[in-house]
Amino acid sequence: MTTRLSELRPGQSGVIRRLGDHPLSAKLTEMGCLPGEWIRVIRVAPPGDPMSIEILGYQLALRRIEAEVIEVDVRPAFPQHLHSPIQNEK
Amino acid sequence: MKEPLKVWLAGNPNSGKSSLFNRLTGLHQKVGNYPGVTVEQHSGRMSMPHGDSAELVDLPGIYSLFPETEDEQVAFQLLMEQIWASPATSAATRVVVVADASSLRRNLLLITQLSDLNLPCILVLNKSDLADAAGIHIDVPALSSALGMPVVATNARTGEGINALKQALLQAPPAHRYPWFSDHPEVQRQIATLAQAEGRPAEYRDFVSLMCHERLPDSCANWAQQCRALAESAPLDRGKIRAAETVRRYERIAGLMKHIRRDPGTVNRKATSARIDRWLLHPIGGYAILFALLFFMFQAIFSWATLPMELIESLFGYMGGLTSDILPQGWFSRMLVDGLLAGLSGVLVFIPQISLLFFFLGVLAESGYMSRVSFLTDRLMQSVGLNGRSVMPLIGGFACAVPSIMATRSINNRKERLLTILVLPLMSCSARLPVYTLLISICVPENQWLGVFNVQGLVLMGLYILGLFTAIAAALVLRWFIKTRETSFFMLEMPLYQWPVWRNVGHVVGQRLQGFVMEAGKVIVVISLILWVLSNFGPGHRMESLRKELDAQTALGTASADDQAQKSRIEQELLAASWAGHAGKFLEPAIEPLGFDWKIGIALVTSFAAREVFVGTMATMYSLGTEDFQVSELRGRMLSEVNPKTGKPVYSNATCFSLLVFYAFALQCMSTLAVTRRETKTWLWPAVQFLYMGALAYLGSLLVYTWLS
Repeated sequence: MTTRLSELRPGQSGVIRRLGDHPLSAKLTEMGCLPGEWIRVIRVAPPGDPMSIEILGYQLALRRIEAEVIEVDVRPAFPQHLHSPIQNEK
Repeated sequence: MKEPLKVWLAGNPNSGKSSLFNRLTGLHQKVGNYPGVTVEQHSGRMSMPHGDSAELVDLPGIYSLFPETEDEQVAFQLLMEQIWASPATSAATRVVVVADASSLRRNLLLITQLSDLNLPCILVLNKSDLADAAGIHIDVPALSSALGMPVVATNARTGEGINALKQALLQAPPAHRYPWFSDHPEVQRQIATLAQAEGRPAEYRDFVSLMCHERLPDSCANWAQQCRALAESAPLDRGKIRAAETVRRYERIAGLMKHIRRDPGTVNRKATSARIDRWLLHPIGGYAILFALLFFMFQAIFSWATLPMELIESLFGYMGGLTSDILPQGWFSRMLVDGLLAGLSGVLVFIPQISLLFFFLGVLAESGYMSRVSFLTDRLMQSVGLNGRSVMPLIGGFACAVPSIMATRSINNRKERLLTILVLPLMSCSARLPVYTLLISICVPENQWLGVFNVQGLVLMGLYILGLFTAIAAALVLRWFIKTRETSFFMLEMPLYQWPVWRNVGHVVGQRLQGFVMEAGKVIVVISLILWVLSNFGPGHRMESLRKELDAQTALGTASADDQAQKSRIEQELLAASWAGHAGKFLEPAIEPLGFDWKIGIALVTSFAAREVFVGTMATMYSLGTEDFQVSELRGRMLSEVNPKTGKPVYSNATCFSLLVFYAFALQCMSTLAVTRRETKTWLWPAVQFLYMGALAYLGSLLVYTWLS
């Protein structure tokens, strides 16, 4: 299933499919949001925005409108070899 | 003669770059500004082996070469300038790229970009202890030969690897040529055209120049012109090309990652960090902790600073007394004491508050909590055109606007930073408190409401809330008037928690103090001298004769109550006869609709220096003598004051509330204006700030007075 990163709930993960046409795409790519890369939502701030994600092994906070640029193939489990014990908030 | 070595320190934010800078330079550092922009330049001198020394400049932290914010623009231009530097200069230049060894993949992006520019790079793998603890093993020699640059592992906290870094700096940088990455045919063609005109093979710098020709430094204006002409002849989707190039670059980095081995199952610091986050970012608990922390900080700045501030003031009072005793009586001695010393005291009195605020902010930033604060509050701030990074400065504004305006430097978007600076002085600072307390005691009864709430306390709280909400409203309005070409974005790294390095916190506090005293301080002393002249000189000879009268009265002594009263009366007339007094009378028609008389007018003029001066001026106006008056006594005098025109009390409820609103809104603080000038590099923004807040104060008071009377 393909969706925007902003639609993912905390704990959900996936692989980045592509980045939309957006002025921030280049910046997002530089921050490590690359097609084919595993991505995981760690938590969403209580007002529903921003959200924090795990990418390239570090934690990045994104606004919802920034996360909308990223299209993700939702995958059930974050792969074990990439797994880091950052806990999910439910 | 051999040119001394110049070292540029580049790297990602949170890579421990500042720690390394502090470690290398020690106390031999200074903070300046890059010309024309508000970005700080940290530079310093480091000792090298064989007794030489090298100059070190700390560039703003960047994730990539391509700039988005003002900070990144500065780093970009300085690095690009290096490429076109003369051979002698470039031979004596080194770029040290600092990388966090525990998250190397993202860090390697910038490293490969800089290396492709053929800059003489040295890679520093910082936080080597954290990498070890995370089970990350880096094959340093293999990485070094793959990148074609020296690689040194350091730990800036302990100083490990520093000598190895210095040795590496002395080596001549290896010459290397790397291919640039972009297979877009039109880009290829344009780059080839550019390089041909220069008579050399195409390089990565051609690609970079083409991608951001409008941001190239002034020193290569001709080159930028060529790039622009070419780019305009066949426009490209630069964002897309840049993103595609970055993807290719990361592919190459994936090849480098084989030199990095990670042990599975090692104790991971991420786990600890995640556990802390579960508390600090909890939907309810997170905000409760943030609120408690802000409350504590605010209380500390408010109360811990009181004693040292009083000490500074009494020290200057003592010095003033000493000076007037030593020097012969006259305008010179008075200027020295009431003008210069009072002005200096007005500058130095802020030291405790500035130190405390930047100590707390330093600890929060170092520990990694600051980005969590932004995370929790960004949504709220975004709705009024601000940013999660605006929260700390705004809260600090409740204590004092001066250090808080300085603290807005962490806001990387120019528009959001400016907006924060503009609305910040609306937060009720501690200098308003004496004015509030005096006026509230006059117009609000000391009753209990519902048996529990003190009404005076409620009014005071109301004033704080009024300031807060007006600041929000002002931000909503002002956001439409500030134009910027930067797009607002958040994208904030949430670093792992760590213990603050106290040395770094100390450096931050020291730099802020120095900046305030040396720059804003000058303006404050000058304005306080001007205000002194205004309240000590007047038109005609009226003041001279009054002063003689006063001297005669002083000689009589103040033993009897009658003499005391006589002396106070003369002091009051002196102030009335001064330029400030005339200004008060001149202002009277303008401020009459607000319910103020000319005496309040004088206080408005003199309290431009600082709001709390209002109380002292009122004491003089109501003949209480400047020293040792009781606020309760002043309150009594003000209550019994009758307007000669109407026969009604001057300090009616309407006037009092009108004054309260005036002080809540008006920018009666020269230090704030001076510091805004310093931070924005132009008098435009302090003027805007002063005028919009003045207009707000006038209209607000007019409204309140008309409504209540």
